[in-house]
Amino acid sequence: MRPDYGAIVRNGIWDNNAVFAQLLALCPTLAVTGTATNGLGMGLATAVVLVATGAIVALVRRLTLREVRIPVFVLVIAACVTLVDMVMKAWLFELHSVLGLFIPLIVTNCIILGRAEAFASRNPTGPSVVDGLATGVGFILTLVVVGAVREIIGHGTLFADAHLLLGDAFAWLETVVVADYNGALVAVLPPGGFLAVGFLMAGKRVIDERLRAGAPATGPVAARAAEPAP
Amino acid sequence: MRTPTRSAPFTHAGTSLGRIMGQVMVALVPATAFGLLQFGWPAVFLFATTVAAAAAFDALGLYLAGRPVADGLADGTAVLAGWILALTLPPWAPWWIGVTGAGIAVLVGKHVYGGTGQNIFNPAMVARVALLVSFPVPMTTYIAPVPLWEAAAPGFVEALAITFGGAQPVDALTVASPLDALSTALHGGAAVPQARDAVPALKALLTGTVPGSLGETSAGLVLAGGLFMLAVRTISWPIPVAFLGTLFGLAEVFHQIDPMHYPTGLFHLSAGSVMLAAFFVATDPVTSPVSRTGHLIFGAGAAAITFLIRTWAGYPEGLGFGILLMNAATPLIDRWARPRIMGRDRNGRPLAGGGGP
Repeated sequence: MRPDYGAIVRNGIWDNNAVFAQLLALCPTLAVTGTATNGLGMGLATAVVLVATGAIVALVRRLTLREVRIPVFVLVIAACVTLVDMVMKAWLFELHSVLGLFIPLIVTNCIILGRAEAFASRNPTGPSVVDGLATGVGFILTLVVVGAVREIIGHGTLFADAHLLLGDAFAWLETVVVADYNGALVAVLPPGGFLAVGFLMAGKRVIDERLRAGAPATGPVAARAAEPAP
Repeated sequence: MRTPTRSAPFTHAGTSLGRIMGQVMVALVPATAFGLLQFGWPAVFLFATTVAAAAAFDALGLYLAGRPVADGLADGTAVLAGWILALTLPPWAPWWIGVTGAGIAVLVGKHVYGGTGQNIFNPAMVARVALLVSFPVPMTTYIAPVPLWEAAAPGFVEALAITFGGAQPVDALTVASPLDALSTALHGGAAVPQARDAVPALKALLTGTVPGSLGETSAGLVLAGGLFMLAVRTISWPIPVAFLGTLFGLAEVFHQIDPMHYPTGLFHLSAGSVMLAAFFVATDPVTSPVSRTGHLIFGAGAAAITFLIRTWAGYPEGLGFGILLMNAATPLIDRWARPRIMGRDRNGRPLAGGGGP
């Protein structure tokens, strides 16, 4: 059977979005999204780890005994995260000092072990890499949107300090949305993280409802009904 | 033919949510009127803006939730939340403080949890703390009271500029509130007797001719409103008594140990918004425990946290935090201090000697 790449991408980015649909990885989502740039950095690091672990786990899935698969996955993930951590320390030192503790903690990020167990350990390498990429892109988008909302409300800026992450070529990203803004500090503080994630999640539900109401034939029930009986 | 179906209770005392909220508003009128007169037109504008915004946000929340808007507005909870919030704001704060606060109180504090009666935290205190943390400068810019009839008071147009135009209050008028003054003086190394010079006399604190938030300055008038609510049984005594008693007791104990560093219990009771919090905020039936024991624990805990924050923490006033933290503890208190069920003992077993079959 040919893997349905479109469904994998759609699942990873929107339908089964790691944060807004599965409520996974809330710790980094709440902790590092004070600004859009921090969210982008954290999202990129996590996405790299997701793709790498997806590929490696899919490659070794036939060599791994079922009983020891979790330790094997954790070792693979830990190795990838350590590499990302060292790379960021070497080339993105300022961003690394901001994200600090949360980079090594990608090891315990439940998205990564979740995708390894739920997808990569049961699928060939190609779809696993695509799945890791899609989930990673979904996570990046989530963190950037949450970070942008909090940054605009809290500081009145967008992508401040983006040159630290992406180099001076991307300095144009740094925009001042509201000039002479007082700054609602609460948005940047931890309660703002919970509020932003909560309201965005509610917003995604509203959009999903609208989509379902607009196109009733594409809902999961209709899709199941269209499948041939096993 | 269809007969309308009604459910129990068929007989009740005629109280309703709107009626209770109305009684609370009546009790708030003296202190509010005094605050509005004392701080002049800017305070009137801020108060009107905050209450109107609270009602508007409530209508929005009800509309989004698909509930009847008029019925929801008529229960008065949103207006009361806006009212209490306005009373805790600095009187010359700009309009957006009031509007933002009303939005936080009604939308985040109430409707996100599912509307009236579902909220965990007191909406007005959620908004006050969020504003205090977010906008420390406008939320701590207090002005000296300039009664409406005095020449120095800002006129109607000038007041419009202060509230809506972002005009800065005249520097000569901005002062520290009593708790701010005491806190600053004590952190500066002064002992209480000298620090007390920076603080108004007790009589002024009681009548309210001191700088402070819009409706909290007159401890006496707020207390009168609270006693009125006790008299008509809008609220019951345990929470206010436990709150005021614990705050007074703690303050007096420390004052007796070291009068140089800790102000008296009476100062603690009359400064800031203690009376407002004890009678109007802590007694919120939604966010406080059910049983009398629970009420006593709730009041005492909120007062203890308030005293801790006022005495040793960075903020001069700790009421909002104290009440919010005890709001969070309310489900726990409710588990521990359950009301007794009729015909059963406190552990839920049937009473002995009930005369079985």
